[in-house]
Amino acid sequence: MAINYGEKIPNNVDLASDRKLQRALESWQPNFLNWWKTMGPALPTHDVYLRTAVDVGKEGWAQFGHVAMEEYRWGVFLAERGDDRRIAFGEQKGEPVWQQVPGEYRADLQRLIVIQGDTEPASVEQQRRLGETAPSLYDLRNLFQVNVEEGRHLWAMVYLLHAYFGRNGREEAEALLQRNSGDLDSPRILGAFNEETPDWLSFFMFTYFTDRDGKYQLGTLKESAFDPLSRTCEFMLKEEAHHMFVGTTGIDRVVARTAELTREHDTEEVGPHGGIPLDVIQRYINFHYSVSLDLFGSEQSTNAANYFTAGLKGRWQEERRRDDHQLTEDTTRIDLVRDGQVTTQEVPALLALNHDLQTEYVKDCQSGLKRWNRVLEKAGIDRRLTLPHIGFNRRVGLFAEHHITPAGDLVGADVWEAGHDRWLPSAADKEHVRSLMRPVYEPGKIAGWIAPPSNGINGKPFEYEYVHLA
Amino acid sequence: MTMTEGAPVDPDAAPIPKVSFDATPESYRHWQLEIDGDLAWLRLDVDESAGLVPGYELKMNSYDLGVDIELYDATQRLRFEHPQVRAVVVTSGKDRNFCAGANIRMLAQSSHPWKVNFCKFTNETRNGIEDATEHSGQTYLAAVNGSAAGGGYELALACDEILLIDDNSSSVSLPEVPLLGVLPGTGGLTRVIDKRRVRKDRADVFSTRSEGIRGRQAVEWKLVDETIPKRAWDSTVRERAAEAAARSNRPRPDSGARGIALTPLQREATADGIRYRHVQARFDRAQGLVEITIDGPSGGVPESLSRVHELGDTFWPLAMARELDDLILRLRINELELGTWVIRTRGDVGDALALERLIAQHSRDDWLVGEIRHYFKRVLKRLDVTSRSLIALIEPGSCFAGALLELALACDRQYMLDGTLDEDAGEQSDEAQILLSESNFGVFPMGNGLSRLASRFYGDDDHVAKLRQEIGRRIEAREAFELGLVTDAPDDIDWDDEIRIMLEERASLSPDALTGMEANLRFVGPETMETRIFGRLTAWQNWIFTRPSASGPEGALRRYGTGRKADFDRKRV
Ligand SMILES: [Fe+2]
Ligand SMILES: [Fe+2]
Repeated sequence: MAINYGEKIPNNVDLASDRKLQRALESWQPNFLNWWKTMGPALPTHDVYLRTAVDVGKEGWAQFGHVAMEEYRWGVFLAERGDDRRIAFGEQKGEPVWQQVPGEYRADLQRLIVIQGDTEPASVEQQRRLGETAPSLYDLRNLFQVNVEEGRHLWAMVYLLHAYFGRNGREEAEALLQRNSGDLDSPRILGAFNEETPDWLSFFMFTYFTDRDGKYQLGTLKESAFDPLSRTCEFMLKEEAHHMFVGTTGIDRVVARTAELTREHDTEEVGPHGGIPLDVIQRYINFHYSVSLDLFGSEQSTNAANYFTAGLKGRWQEERRRDDHQLTEDTTRIDLVRDGQVTTQEVPALLALNHDLQTEYVKDCQSGLKRWNRVLEKAGIDRRLTLPHIGFNRRVGLFAEHHITPAGDLVGADVWEAGHDRWLPSAADKEHVRSLMRPVYEPGKIAGWIAPPSNGINGKPFEYEYVHLA
Repeated sequence: MTMTEGAPVDPDAAPIPKVSFDATPESYRHWQLEIDGDLAWLRLDVDESAGLVPGYELKMNSYDLGVDIELYDATQRLRFEHPQVRAVVVTSGKDRNFCAGANIRMLAQSSHPWKVNFCKFTNETRNGIEDATEHSGQTYLAAVNGSAAGGGYELALACDEILLIDDNSSSVSLPEVPLLGVLPGTGGLTRVIDKRRVRKDRADVFSTRSEGIRGRQAVEWKLVDETIPKRAWDSTVRERAAEAAARSNRPRPDSGARGIALTPLQREATADGIRYRHVQARFDRAQGLVEITIDGPSGGVPESLSRVHELGDTFWPLAMARELDDLILRLRINELELGTWVIRTRGDVGDALALERLIAQHSRDDWLVGEIRHYFKRVLKRLDVTSRSLIALIEPGSCFAGALLELALACDRQYMLDGTLDEDAGEQSDEAQILLSESNFGVFPMGNGLSRLASRFYGDDDHVAKLRQEIGRRIEAREAFELGLVTDAPDDIDWDDEIRIMLEERASLSPDALTGMEANLRFVGPETMETRIFGRLTAWQNWIFTRPSASGPEGALRRYGTGRKADFDRKRV
């Protein structure tokens, strides 16, 4: 079969002359398309106004146009880099980066790539039915954009497995399509990716909090001494930024609408008026923030230390850090529970790298909260949204064995049970949000629980017909 | 024994000398080889001042690696150069002293790898002595004409008969445990019970009694076969040797059988490798590996036995085996950090097989062909007990057929290329093939007595029987993989990456753990005296060698001869 690779699979990895890659992708691509058809967006569409990356340059990475989704051109891109990149951290700091996988680190690198790769299609699966309740064509389009790009991120990870990990890598790439979110026999690797995304408020929360975890993980892999992984992740980060934009502005608009309804009806009880009360929004924040924190793994981790020392996975913005980038002598403080109290303890910095990354993430999350509170402030509402304590509702890490309230108090099981529905989305909350989820497919129209966006996509107005339904 | 004063040096910090295994009878410093019709006399007469390494004197007929290199050479020459020799008498050229075993000063000053390699080589030579008795009709007798202590008695144990002079002072002993805090590790403990069937409680008494046992008790306890009064010594020894010779199936002196000369190996050794005529080794120090290529026979397979004899040591199977043997020995002792051996063959499968048939047809009726077969068997066994990761790469243009396939089967893993690599598609378009022959079904048994295939498919006789049906058929990669003959069969697209990553991954693992793992996995199934010597006795010995009670500054090995008592770590572990 003669394939014009550059056309069919946009790439900057010289696919046209790489027999190994061609063969691997040829057998993988049909399986991917099959997966997309059965596990991808459920709502039938004719075409969608999507951004396609055809190159890594300024012009190429964002080409807009209406495309039938199954004809979306998932491509393979590595960020362009200078030739003399050096390892920025760990034992081999200062040595040239690796263009091949060193046998010594094959297993570790493969594991890191598989775990990252597993999250990408997982979110598509989690979000597959959301199209049926989209609040507007604009939002529907954004959902699909996120979905195709998560698909492309899967391609990016599969490319690495195919190009650098031999037969073993091909088998792992295959397995990425065989595990499915929420599947009892063969679930996705990380817990949070087996939770369904049942409604649009969850979707915005997911793209704000959980995609942001993805951003930080990619940021550490971008530092990797394995150059192809580093360059792949750098390019993915660009796309990931849009996903978080969808989350940030989505929650902006929910809060704005709630504020509007509050003023209109002079009550915080906006539920009966078709809005989402701030209490419910807060509980959704509490939930999504805490499960996303779990994705960072245990605050103290020898795995993370080994990855760092070996040069496989760095810290967030490693090269801007002002230390020796080896951390063999350094210490840091981490939060934990000791003697019935939430306190801090000094530990070797090397062992606390997950904590370090989590700290960066928490700072970043704060900015969203500031933003949404500004919306409330402008609307003259005194209530404020907050991030819960990092120990709240944790299943992984140093707080996993303890009950911590959003305010950071250590409590017993009884207090925890009693407070549960005040702190986390209750059945009634979820039912209320679900009741609001009615599709609005008319161009220029929007559901009543969310405000319209201030701008459209790529200079197009909000009324633009972003999606043609089938 | 006197010791020079001075701060004890750490043996493991000292540089390891480079060793050559070349020897000829003319150059022997420590042995006299005398041929006398169908008998041969091997007299140990150690030159005290001719140790292989400076720092010790080889007193009381004690030996070091240099002494054993000569012994190995002598045993090889006896088999190839002296077809008419039917019995070999090992005795001492010194008065009242047969052999005092391995030199203690030498052991005390040696690094751990040196000790281990030394013991392994001496073990292999003693196994070879037993192999000559069993398979070549060359029976070894120990004429113990003085005290045989430790390794000296172990040398006698390797012989088929032990004759002890009855002079009321010469004894046999294994004083390692009481005097040195180590084991009689050159097969001593094993052979006493396995081969000589000494009761275990008596073996326990014997092995802890430093003065040993002599006279009638030695016979009663089966430690020796016979004691002979001094005046009857010479004649009785000769008589016993003649009796052994009479039982032999070697050619008679009047048969006209003529030996072949084992001429010096042509070898070019550089910093980057060693090249012989048929065997090449290229060192990759950065990756910690050696790439070994063995060339198959190039054309012209001799059509007659007389031609084989005429070719002598230039006959390919023998020449190749000698080169490979030498290479293994050199790499083992001189290149400790080259931890992976990648083994390839190059040549024509058909030619390799024609030779194979010649050997199969005549290994029973022609002494030389028989010797070649058993020699290649011993070389393969050397590979089996080599503490390196062995990886066979089976590529187009290789000739892993029959006997040569044993090389691949001896490896820890086998990788076979499915298809051809781009570059050689033009000139060499045949895909890699392997070929089974009778050779793979018991002609070259391992130390456990099983063929490498029977070991590989231990407990699955049906599969081995099924493989027998495949004899003579050219088997390509996919099929070889399905038959379980290779570990993996990557195709041309994957080959380079798979092999590179596999080798790099291997190199990153702990060498000690790999040595232990490989040694465990290579030997499956039944225990034999040989596997017990290499697997049990050696492993325990090597453990003891690293323990403070033996090798620490206050340990028994290091304190021996200083007049000071060893300070043991009293904990039983
Ligand atoms: Fe992603
Ligand atoms: Fe994302």
